[in-house]
Amino acid sequence: MSQPLVKVDQLTKLFPVSRGMFRKPIDFIHAVDGISFEIAPGESLGLVGESGCGKSTTGRMLVRLADATSGQILLGDADGSDDLVDVAHIDGSDMGKFRRRVQMIFQDPYESMNPRRTVFETIAEPLSVQNIGTLQEREERVSAMLKLVGLSPPETFLFRYPHELSGGQRQRVAIARALVLDPSFVVADEPTSMLDVSIRISIMDLMLKLADEFNVSYLYITHDLAVARYMCDRIAVMYLGKIVEIGDTEEILGNPLHPYTRALLSAVPVPDPSFKKPDVQILGGITKAINPPARCRFIERCPFSQAICEVEDHPPLEDKGGDHYVACHLVEKTA
Amino acid sequence: MSRPLLEVDHLVMNYKTEKGDVSAVEDVTFTLHSGESLGLVGESGCGKTSIAMSLLRLVAENAVFKSGEIRLEGTNLLALSEEEMRQRRWNDISMVFQGAMNAWNPVYRVGDQIREAMDLHFRPRLSTAESNDRIDRLFNLVGLNPAMADRYPHEFSGGMRQRAIIAMALSCDPKLIIADEPTTALDVIVQDQILQELKKIQAELGMSIIYISHDIAVIAEVTDTIGVMYAGKLVEIGPTSEVFARPRHPYTFLLLSSTPSVTGPRRKLAPLEGEPPNLLDPPPACRFHPRCPWATDRCRTEEPKAEDIGGGHLVACWNWQEVPEIGAMIK
Repeated sequence: MSQPLVKVDQLTKLFPVSRGMFRKPIDFIHAVDGISFEIAPGESLGLVGESGCGKSTTGRMLVRLADATSGQILLGDADGSDDLVDVAHIDGSDMGKFRRRVQMIFQDPYESMNPRRTVFETIAEPLSVQNIGTLQEREERVSAMLKLVGLSPPETFLFRYPHELSGGQRQRVAIARALVLDPSFVVADEPTSMLDVSIRISIMDLMLKLADEFNVSYLYITHDLAVARYMCDRIAVMYLGKIVEIGDTEEILGNPLHPYTRALLSAVPVPDPSFKKPDVQILGGITKAINPPARCRFIERCPFSQAICEVEDHPPLEDKGGDHYVACHLVEKTA
Repeated sequence: MSRPLLEVDHLVMNYKTEKGDVSAVEDVTFTLHSGESLGLVGESGCGKTSIAMSLLRLVAENAVFKSGEIRLEGTNLLALSEEEMRQRRWNDISMVFQGAMNAWNPVYRVGDQIREAMDLHFRPRLSTAESNDRIDRLFNLVGLNPAMADRYPHEFSGGMRQRAIIAMALSCDPKLIIADEPTTALDVIVQDQILQELKKIQAELGMSIIYISHDIAVIAEVTDTIGVMYAGKLVEIGPTSEVFARPRHPYTFLLLSSTPSVTGPRRKLAPLEGEPPNLLDPPPACRFHPRCPWATDRCRTEEPKAEDIGGGHLVACWNWQEVPEIGAMIK
């Protein structure tokens, strides 16, 4: 494999649980707990899991909207020429440069835009923050972006306010804003989960098309495995702050090895009444990882757990062949 | 065949607004027999929740029933007085709303809130011992520990709260439950658990359920019959397996083609072009024609009526025979 665009190493985020204003926190939620993965230039990685598994926190750390407690976020160039640089703790002018290369698309197109700014102001803001181009050049660039995201003719959209746009159109504006600086890496946090089915596919297709044209890599955060399958080359499954399985999309979906991935997959509703789903039951619902013990995170819900899972630490991701990594002590036994 | 439990007969319902009448439910007809489940699917604003609210007569103040009837065991609900309707709610028809799990009163115990519903609606009234016994049985039925009835809502997880809502909906032995997006706010594993639970309870108790969802995959899993709504109209209805295997309305076809799945071959999805119409001024004749790839002149001038194409499969489209087979794409 050539040099990755993004390399995340032992990334961790702990949130203190408050015990009162003047007391030192002694409890921590382990929202993201020492995860590592790589994303190649132009590749999109899907990060899937239930609410509270840490997928959004991971995304926010990668765009530096949240600071990592520990670990590294190494960022390379899209053409793989330069060395990887740790961006987990940069600030000042380095941060400005960082924002040119890494952008984000948020879940809720109704909340992620300033209602008092026109479409032009919204999309041109990254350019003015970065001091790129004259006003006229910016106008041209914004018009070109609007055309690219399917809002044409651009003149009819440039001076509209967000409330004059539908949800799908707003999300197109959000995509234009994220791509206007020509970044090499975009974190997309559930960008289609608020949209209706008929709009959803056109937005996903647009993101796939632009990924190709701009050679951008996505970290695509979603709870929906079917969406991840449509969008992503590889999938990482997260559970309570840990990545429990990662690999090629079709390999993960066709040959899930971790008990959690299998349960998740069997719970996804299938739009085909004649399809008989495998019955994989796991226990209860997701909890919070407050000061979790070192053992396997999934043990409380795992129907297969054995003595080894109680005594050993949380298992590391192990290569099961074909670039398919699983973190489970029992994979050979439960497969 | 015996008389259906529920007959919705040419129902037309509008919302009066300052800008004019919004045609939310337009000439919708369907029936539901005892013990059956029906799914209504469609995008936001297609009128599926308006139908649910109409069945309960819990519509907004500006809603006007223009024509049509909703008959429950032969009685037209729209002709009942407010008090008569109140007695029907919960006893005959109960509901599980979207986000109902967040509607618990935080300062009362969950069991007491269910008891309140039974005190108001269950006739003859139950003694405390009887209602306690009933709450125990309901909690067991929905997979909750009966001891939880003495707890407060914040001590429940989201999935548990939704289970308790289902217990409450079952508390007066309704004949019909309306479940409007019952699992939309839940994680996929909890969603699956609750849907399986509802299916099991339905088989055990034999009531009817109307599921309302934007997610056609959820409807595929839990219903016998599926009705597809577009812009206030029911455009296709039929046995779920039949409609999924052979969707005949272009909208159903495109909806299914644009739903990603984790099973089957990885395929390109076909987007539905355009956006749903503004119901203040819906397109004339067939409301889907501006977005329909198979539309002809007739679709723009003459409204298609629901046509039975065999086996209880009804389609409101002039050109249903032109719609390609989906079987090869889905399987």
